[in-house]
Amino acid sequence: MIINCLICHEEILSAVSWSTLWSRPEENHICQVCTGKLPFITGETCVKCSRPFRTLEPQFREGDTCIDCVRWNHDPEWSEILDRNHSIFSYDDFLKETIARYKFRGDYVMSRAFSPFIREKLKNLKFDCLVPIPLSPERLYERGFNQSAALILETGFTPAELLQRIHSEKQSKKSRLERIHHNQVFKLLNINIENKVIVLFDDIYTTGSTLYHAAKVLKTGGAASVFSLTLARG
Amino acid sequence: MRLTPKMTPYIKDFPPKSLPISSIDAIPEPPLHENFPFNKELQQVLYGKQLLLENLPHPLEEIHQHYVNGYITYRKGIIKTKNKTSCARCGNKDSTLFAGFPCARCGEKECTYCRKCIMMGRVSECTPLIGWSGPDPAQELTRNPLMWAGTLSPGQQIASDQVRQTIIENRELLVWAVCGAGKTEVLFEGINTALASGRRVCIATPRTDVVLELGPRLQAVFPGIQVAVLYGGSEDRKLQAPLTIATTHQLLRFYRAFDTVILDEVDAFPYTADESLQYAVRQSRKEHSSMIYLTATPSQKWQKECRSGKRDFVTIPARYHRHPLPVPSFKWCGNWEKLLQKDKLPPAVIQWIKKRIDNQKQCLLFLPKIEKMEKVLTILRKTYPKIQAVHAEDPERKAKVQMLRNNEIPMVLTTTILERGVTFPNIDVAVFGAEDRIFTESALVQIAGRVGRSAQFPGGDITFFHYGKTEGMVKARKQILHMNDEAKKKGLIDY
Repeated sequence: MIINCLICHEEILSAVSWSTLWSRPEENHICQVCTGKLPFITGETCVKCSRPFRTLEPQFREGDTCIDCVRWNHDPEWSEILDRNHSIFSYDDFLKETIARYKFRGDYVMSRAFSPFIREKLKNLKFDCLVPIPLSPERLYERGFNQSAALILETGFTPAELLQRIHSEKQSKKSRLERIHHNQVFKLLNINIENKVIVLFDDIYTTGSTLYHAAKVLKTGGAASVFSLTLARG
Repeated sequence: MRLTPKMTPYIKDFPPKSLPISSIDAIPEPPLHENFPFNKELQQVLYGKQLLLENLPHPLEEIHQHYVNGYITYRKGIIKTKNKTSCARCGNKDSTLFAGFPCARCGEKECTYCRKCIMMGRVSECTPLIGWSGPDPAQELTRNPLMWAGTLSPGQQIASDQVRQTIIENRELLVWAVCGAGKTEVLFEGINTALASGRRVCIATPRTDVVLELGPRLQAVFPGIQVAVLYGGSEDRKLQAPLTIATTHQLLRFYRAFDTVILDEVDAFPYTADESLQYAVRQSRKEHSSMIYLTATPSQKWQKECRSGKRDFVTIPARYHRHPLPVPSFKWCGNWEKLLQKDKLPPAVIQWIKKRIDNQKQCLLFLPKIEKMEKVLTILRKTYPKIQAVHAEDPERKAKVQMLRNNEIPMVLTTTILERGVTFPNIDVAVFGAEDRIFTESALVQIAGRVGRSAQFPGGDITFFHYGKTEGMVKARKQILHMNDEAKKKGLIDY
């Protein structure tokens, strides 16, 4: 059977020799060229948020932590909220375009282009529930699916829908300060999470505000620890 | 979307007994209520289009009221039959370009959507395509909008008359005009007649550069008419203009919009290769409409249909400057690929190039593949450092072509990307590796058509260097000779 690359639509050639190169031949959803374009985060990163240090000016770094995380840590309201963020890719133009097609154009099946890498990452994490950042009902209707929940589902896990959004303004139109200081946008659904270890999942970590707010609700609700995993680190 | 009068776009909030559009076999078409006070803005936005709900700023209830009163149509976006799925917007039938997802809108676990046209917004099983079935928007008529002082050659005049007649009678016509015949002018009279009678006209072409060139040219000869120019990334998008110039891709945005569609370069990539573009052309036409096809190089199939009388056509066998088309000569040059491996070129090719450069005659050399071209470039640059090469992905393509035009460089190596559309006044052309299957009959006729375009320099050399003659080469030569013969018989060439 001919398989076409989910990203560039080109035929994925010689599936047989692939299996020798790749450990997961059954997950051959993207071609070699597109795999090569994926900006995996490598090298030294911020120990708190996975921000790659290679592309970061030295003045935005303090020891093994980036300046943004230092700021979160200094604020007593936020310092104990999010234990750590993991990200898989840098948010470069290729990833931006690919995620945009997935999330804004709504090409759901592209979630499978990413799912093998998410699964790989999740292997190293221990958790009780995998929680997607929720969308408002309006946005969910508009998109037809929640991009984070879909990624969890296509990775083979069941998204634990513990949160609900109570505000729905667009994130991208706000400044960092506004994002960090605006009121809580999430609320916990009536589910017992006492002493649970939770991994929050979102597509992109930009300022961290969304994840910190979600983590706060979960911590307040009794979670033992909250980690996060995002596809990209903006 | 679910079809009930009171719809709220929230999940889990559907009125009881509502159904996703995919579960309704035949969508009713309510009769037109003439007294319904319809929204003119909605008419302007929707007429001749098929849009998604999210493309319309109007409230759902207003849209649905128009449907109930017969002013709006809903069509299923995805058509599923027993063993086939197709997209009603782009015509996609390729099963690898459909996918399914658990849809928050209709609640189905596997809502099928089309990946082919997803860049225009997702069409899925529960997506209705929204169209206009109310009255046409009022249009101001100009009695004689054409302002053109030029004259047509006798060959052009014959074609022009036929184009006009075809448009009046809502028929189809192929205009088979040699490269450099002056195809565009042949359309003026017909478009004039169409516009004067309130018909909506669209000129579509597969190539953006042609759209960009035609837009201002037609606006200049129809100064009183609104001309919409549409291509990927253009801004004219919402305009309801009497005359539209668009890439064939953009036609996917139209539905039963045009009384006349003129399709330029029918045989050009990507139109021939992409069935959805042919689908787009069909969808954009009104039920009763005329269709004009323009090309210098119809496919074998079309040529046969012309000869057997199955297809109406008219030829313009001669160029406007009344000189015959330069006829290609064939030169065998042995196993040139083997020579290339040794960093060498066939002597015949070297001589041909040397002669041109010594005489300061500019030239184009066509090659079958980028990697071969790069190799040839490296070899030639040792002797002629100013030579440039272009291919489709070359970001400096336009600049390099301009350098050739400005006479800053003696020669350009190119892939088939320059086979059509570009005109240099005085140039010799050779094809190196003419036996490659990328050089089809029509590609070769187009390439030969680059030579002798201007009245000042109507001659020039066209040579096919090959390692074995192909049918394509022979047929291309035959087609050119045939056109010259026909032109001579009809008295269309003087020299």
